[in-house]
Amino acid sequence: MKRAGFSDRWLPVLFLLPQLTIIFIFFYWPAAHALRSSFFLQDPFGFGETFVGMKNYTMLLDSASYMRAAWFTVIFTSLVTFLSLSIALLLAVKADKVIRGAKTYRTLLMWVYAVAPPVAGVIGLVLFDQSWGPLRDFVALFGWDFRLGVNYFDTAFTLVVMSVWKQLPVNFIFFLSGLQSIPRSVREAALIDNRSAAGRFWDVTFPLLAPTGFFLLIINITYSLFDTFGIFDTQFKGEPGNNPMTLVYKVYLDGFRGNDLGGSSAQSVILMVLVLALTIFQFRMVERRIHYT
Amino acid sequence: MSVPARRIRWSAVLDHSILIIGSLIMILPVVMLVQMASTTDLHTTKFGPGWVFGDQLPVNFEKAMFKADGFSGENTGLRMLYNSMILGFGFAIGKIVIGMMAAYAIVYFRLKFATLAFWVIFTTLLLPLEVRILPSYEIVQKLGMLNTYQGLIIPLIASATATFFFRQYFRSIPEELVEAARIDGAGPIKFFIDILVPLSRTMIAAMFIIMFVYGWNQYLWPTMITTDEGMYTLVRGIKQITQTLEGTNLPEYGRSNLLAIIAILPPVLIVIFFQSWFVKGLTESDK
Repeated sequence: MKRAGFSDRWLPVLFLLPQLTIIFIFFYWPAAHALRSSFFLQDPFGFGETFVGMKNYTMLLDSASYMRAAWFTVIFTSLVTFLSLSIALLLAVKADKVIRGAKTYRTLLMWVYAVAPPVAGVIGLVLFDQSWGPLRDFVALFGWDFRLGVNYFDTAFTLVVMSVWKQLPVNFIFFLSGLQSIPRSVREAALIDNRSAAGRFWDVTFPLLAPTGFFLLIINITYSLFDTFGIFDTQFKGEPGNNPMTLVYKVYLDGFRGNDLGGSSAQSVILMVLVLALTIFQFRMVERRIHYT
Repeated sequence: MSVPARRIRWSAVLDHSILIIGSLIMILPVVMLVQMASTTDLHTTKFGPGWVFGDQLPVNFEKAMFKADGFSGENTGLRMLYNSMILGFGFAIGKIVIGMMAAYAIVYFRLKFATLAFWVIFTTLLLPLEVRILPSYEIVQKLGMLNTYQGLIIPLIASATATFFFRQYFRSIPEELVEAARIDGAGPIKFFIDILVPLSRTMIAAMFIIMFVYGWNQYLWPTMITTDEGMYTLVRGIKQITQTLEGTNLPEYGRSNLLAIIAILPPVLIVIFFQSWFVKGLTESDK
């Protein structure tokens, strides 16, 4: 901690006030509200509410559609995280290695960071369009009759492809900056010790990138859970029907469209606990990482 | 079998091939949108995206920017562009100003409740807006802030990413600086405005780019909070775009794809032109 500092009493309070006010009104209040509503059953027409204890939670766990969404979320998150991390790592290693055109490649591979997720969803709609989608035509060559929005698996496939596409740049940027921070001396020592490039990668580069990779793992999980909403919503064109959906999408759907406030709040609380656990896990690992280096 | 020199060249070819394929995967989908925006809707409806560009860009641009659908006729591309600008700038500036002030108070003052304030603020990093979206909506509704710029921007600011970022940065500034400023008789406000803010210029720029892109690309919150068509942002308007594609008439591919391109253009240009700041801000914010 900093020891030197000013000793005014009211000035720092004044400086903190805007941040604290906004946080209390738009963070703690809604969070407390969600927690409270999750134990109540709201009248759909706005006439009062009844305390129902844990019933909103037990109903969720019994609900087939909720468990289906939960499983889909797990599979979706693992796939998106694994694919976008590994493809980005490959690209970053190559972009770090080439001499000519390195800057151009860097720009070309990272600009999609700025593309809004719903635009990625629109692109998915075009690529896999029922009548002339280029990728639909491509997979049709292998006898795959792709039906976006009709077939559960095909829709999930498009969602994964577009979510990975959108997430590659972030992972690429972090991996590349991680690679570039590996000292020259370490690389040269590795070059002398190990003649094979693959061996050098797995023995030296990969372990040195592990902290970056771990940080990115958490980033990618939160991305898959939350930031993919726009991709899902544009793919469904406002008609989710029987399509695969994540837990976050279900919170929105049940609460905002279905008017089930109690159930949706319970879902929010479950997500909060999940994210909290994830972050605490991350902080613990980050502490360990500081001890290592 | 082969000579070492030759083998090295082949590996370079492989490296470049992988990078070129990767780049094409990133670029082609967006080129496809541009191509579809350059042909007539009839052509697109029949044949889909292709390799030949048409001459319809100006026509579609006109439609995208000045034509509105919906009931009120207010959601023209121009109007949505204006709203997106307000969201992007309002969010970035608000977040940076509030975050810098809070970080300054936490790092440079001896506060009794500093630890408490720190935890109260940093808990917000744990839970994104998406998790508490419905109760947030209800509260904004109670405060009468639906369909307003305040209602759009302020709840998004209620997370401490910028505060955290500036706290880390302020702590990396040598302590001697405060000492020297105090010896020279500078008060806390003078130190903040005349020394700390100018010193943080690069950090502010980096943070601004990240926050602008983040604010501009918001989708779920604007979707819930703006029902008034005059308040739509470009990214939020995309939902409308896909729904018009479902229409029974000739879908307006040209107009909708051009709108999608206009929606991504400002953040993409910023990220490309201020690349080094952007990368610095992104990779240094996690430490």
